[in-house]
Amino acid sequence: MEELILKNKNIKIAIASGKGGTGKTLLSTSLFSVLKNKYDNLTLVDCDAEEPNSGIFLNKELISTDIVTQRVPEIDVNKCTFCSKCHDYCAYNAIFILPPYKIIRVINELCHGCGACTVACEFGALTEKDFEQGVVSEYKIKDTQSRFIESRMKVGVMSPVDVIKAGLKKAGDNGIVIFDAPPGTSCPFIHTVVLVDFVVLITEPTPFGLSDLKQSVETLKTMNKNYGVVINRAGLGNDDVYDYLTENNIPLLMEIPFDREIANHYSKAEIASEYMPDFSDKLSNMFETIIKEYGNSSN
Amino acid sequence: MEIAVISGKGGTGKSVVSSAFASMFPNTMLVDCDVDAANLHLLFNPEIEHEEVFIGAESAVIDYDKCTNCGLCAEYCRFDAISFVDEIITINEVFCDGCRLCTRICPEVAIKMVENDKSRLYSGNYRYGKMVYGILGPGEENSGRLVNLVRDKAKNIAEKEGINTIIIDGPPGIGCPVVSTVTGVDHVVIVAEPTMSGIHDLERTLELTKGFNLKTWVIINKFDINTNMANKIVDYCKTLNIELLAKIPFDADIVKAMVNCKTIPEYLKDSDIHIDLLNALNKLKNHAK
Repeated sequence: MEELILKNKNIKIAIASGKGGTGKTLLSTSLFSVLKNKYDNLTLVDCDAEEPNSGIFLNKELISTDIVTQRVPEIDVNKCTFCSKCHDYCAYNAIFILPPYKIIRVINELCHGCGACTVACEFGALTEKDFEQGVVSEYKIKDTQSRFIESRMKVGVMSPVDVIKAGLKKAGDNGIVIFDAPPGTSCPFIHTVVLVDFVVLITEPTPFGLSDLKQSVETLKTMNKNYGVVINRAGLGNDDVYDYLTENNIPLLMEIPFDREIANHYSKAEIASEYMPDFSDKLSNMFETIIKEYGNSSN
Repeated sequence: MEIAVISGKGGTGKSVVSSAFASMFPNTMLVDCDVDAANLHLLFNPEIEHEEVFIGAESAVIDYDKCTNCGLCAEYCRFDAISFVDEIITINEVFCDGCRLCTRICPEVAIKMVENDKSRLYSGNYRYGKMVYGILGPGEENSGRLVNLVRDKAKNIAEKEGINTIIIDGPPGIGCPVVSTVTGVDHVVIVAEPTMSGIHDLERTLELTKGFNLKTWVIINKFDINTNMANKIVDYCKTLNIELLAKIPFDADIVKAMVNCKTIPEYLKDSDIHIDLLNALNKLKNHAK
């Protein structure tokens, strides 16, 4: 009966960490694999658009690919009077202008596509064209109803945010959605976690792990998000992370001991939980706890 | 000479390598450009001489005494940052990109920009020379610009103090802050791990450094976690004419060194790992540009 009720749950969970390489993808793909046989409406979104990795672990079929674009201005030099108003309006230094020499250029890589320059121009010299930022691909996981969505930034593009947002939009609001978040606490991270009901922060018990965890926690506090912590490679470091969690009343959701078997599966792009029943059970329990407390939110 | 240590994928051991490079010779400049998750100051506990405020970006704020709730700003905003919440026009600070367009089109001039001032830039002394690092305030933007300022500051101090070797620890990924970290450096060292994910990220990172025409080297960390994958990286580098700089085994003592806030040359003095990394650094220093 409980299983049936859970089938209708809506929840969005982000797996995130300040420090890179703490096990976000390990946790996201393993949790996804544990849940895919239990729930019909399940989606995994790889939001680490700079270095998307989750897809390597999955047995999947491509359904569709959308190109993500941003608008950038195009200048008609025959209409341009070199008044510099567009340059003054641009907050990103994306328009380079030398009026005495009648030189004006758009630096597409710096443009954020805000449209201020086109509003600024009084001579109709600016139009907009599309500039590719990357792709969002939707896949079906073989032999299940589950979906996988990948945001992939084009190499050379400066910010992954547009591609991440397109991936999140594609994921929609229904069912259980797991986001494999980008590292750090700046724009890519913020845009990913702003939509979720719960954030699982994964860290490791080292001074670096603790320092980055603190920064993530501070950011999530300002955003009023619910969160808990998973400690990966438990046993390899020291106890400072545990003391920090206790002192700040932050729930410790689960520990993943340092284990060469996990590292080896991961290195071969195998989902560790599929080979390690204990790990799979722990993930299942963790998810039940999260969904009981934070499921069915209106986010 | 500027040497940037980056990785594409996070957690491959950038800081292990850069901190080792930074503790081999006196009179070194160490620069932490991972402003989103700066860590090297924990390891070296530098004596800070200067602290500067970095204004990362601005956010738009509505003056509700002037606002007529017309909604024009929401129509113009391309970042979905302005919408009606309970019928009142509201700016979502998280989504605001700081483009200022709303302040320019508002008929009542009811929107102004406020500065985000929580980010910091620090410089001072560490046990092998001078150190500069930036810390981005929680949730703040424009990390690429902060990286540029951190690097400029480091170059100025290095010039003044007669320091020749600048070791830069970079952020993960391949976006704006990474581009700012590697632009114009003499050597880029990519630390890779022998996993499928590691290889995938290495490919994207090499594509980036190739695009910028940077002299690039690869270090494989934890190579014995999967020697097949490690060999794949070796072969892949060969086909691209990228030189392998070192191979580091998995060693729990490296984690212990970090937990004790010690670097490899300090905690594992004269070990094979220390010698290999020393040879690697000497190779970079002696390499004609």
